Amino acid sequence: MNALGLYRRYVGASLRAQMQYPGSFLMISIGQFVATFVEFVGIWALFRRFGQIRGWSFAEIALFYGTINVSFALADAISRGFDVFGTEFVRTGNFDRLLLRPRATTLQLLGYELRLNRVGRLMQGVLVLGIATHLLGIEWDVRKLALIVAAVAGSVVLFVGILILQATLAFWTIESLEIANTLTYGGVEAAQYPLDIYSRWFRNFLIFVVPIGCVSYFPILRLLGHRGPWQAPGWLLDGAPLCGVLFLLMSLCVWRIGVRHYTSTGT
Amino acid sequence: MRVRPYLTVFRMRFALMLQYRAAALAGFGTQCWWGFIKVMVFAAFFRGTLTRQPMNLAQAITYVWLGQAFLVLLPWAADPEIAEMVRTGNVAYDRLRPLDTYFFWYVRAMAWMVARAVPRCAMMFAFAAILMPIVGLGDWRLRMPSNLEASALFAGAIAGVVLLSSALVMLVNLACVITLSERGANALIVPLVLALSGSIVPLPFFPNWMQPFLFVQPFAGLVDIPYRIYFGGLSGWVAIAGLAQMFGWTIVLVFGGHRAMTAAMNRLQVQGG
Repeated sequence: MNALGLYRRYVGASLRAQMQYPGSFLMISIGQFVATFVEFVGIWALFRRFGQIRGWSFAEIALFYGTINVSFALADAISRGFDVFGTEFVRTGNFDRLLLRPRATTLQLLGYELRLNRVGRLMQGVLVLGIATHLLGIEWDVRKLALIVAAVAGSVVLFVGILILQATLAFWTIESLEIANTLTYGGVEAAQYPLDIYSRWFRNFLIFVVPIGCVSYFPILRLLGHRGPWQAPGWLLDGAPLCGVLFLLMSLCVWRIGVRHYTSTGT
Repeated sequence: MRVRPYLTVFRMRFALMLQYRAAALAGFGTQCWWGFIKVMVFAAFFRGTLTRQPMNLAQAITYVWLGQAFLVLLPWAADPEIAEMVRTGNVAYDRLRPLDTYFFWYVRAMAWMVARAVPRCAMMFAFAAILMPIVGLGDWRLRMPSNLEASALFAGAIAGVVLLSSALVMLVNLACVITLSERGANALIVPLVLALSGSIVPLPFFPNWMQPFLFVQPFAGLVDIPYRIYFGGLSGWVAIAGLAQMFGWTIVLVFGGHRAMTAAMNRLQVQGG
């Protein structure tokens, strides 16, 4: 069986397992939808008071906000295996079992669980994108669709890359550390606004070190017809989401180093 | 009512919590980062504004850092051990103790919160009030209370937060006892706390017509009322009214929770065998 077929099997099993408790799934999804949407209501309240943020309007912020939330919901749903890697696989020694199977460890971890209840945040992001489309009067032609799909795809692979790095850290620390949340949840929080509102050091960190700016901020600037504070050329903004792919490839290299370093905790 | 057993529960739970030091450090790093993002967003909003706002930038920043310092005082979830006890049937042991189960669990919740809050709060004040001015970020620092009166009222308010928050945790615990699972109850409490306490956006920034409602609902006492007392946004009789609101809700929630708990315990079926 090829990798894709195997992944499909994993996903099928995971979905059936989660659907054993439909009530719980529904409650958590709705709770997530409300909890994340409340944050958007907060932004709405701030705009009612202030009118604008460094020249950006509420509708434009909604586009940034929706894009990053859709992306993170997807990434968070597929990479549960990496998220719990320290506690569930390293500390228990269960990673030995993955190593014994003749398949890539990353594939097995991706197949660990497809978290359906992340649909709550996803729907929230889609709703906010709808609001942005309505307020800005965006007509989705092929070019604009390509830009937003590139932004979402780039952000998803970037977030998966961050979670793989977090999992790799567990080879040394044994436990999963909350500190990676600064880049995942913190990254979402930061990228809900255009990066030019932040201090220079913070903006540069989110562009050059953990390129969240490249995968979401740049393509949306382009979509809105802005050129940002640097007057960057258009082709650069178009191609920026590829940084997410580069980041993922780098994470996979670091992962391999981690696997080589691994010694079982044993039981 | 004998007090000693409850004091002992508090002390034991407190000692246990202090052992999770590494987790506390990692959590602290996350919170500093989080605070920075929020502070920068506020700074950007305030930069272009010409209209009068319900609080100034320095006050909004202080609000953000206080929120990070006292984050674990909020009722985010049910006591995980209680949910586990109800599922496995071990809750029967707690029912056999010659103690009031409601207050036994209430004190557990308080100890859990306070033990987690004390080190985090101390570190956050050291970072945001002392270290930040030293490294040249004085504009973004956590400022001290506006005067002695505010400090005294704030001390009372924080004690009130612990009592109120524990009463809310007990409602969530109660929902666990009834539904045999902590999931539904946790899914419900988080959006309520986020929306109504002021932890996402300080409540005064919401539209004026919402303000009377926002001030009287119980979640305001978790974040908004104490923090506004801290920087003098609420002072004099309004601050006293805020404190009265908090303690009033605490009494209502404890009384109602205690009654509901008694009823639920009478119907409780012990699981397992």
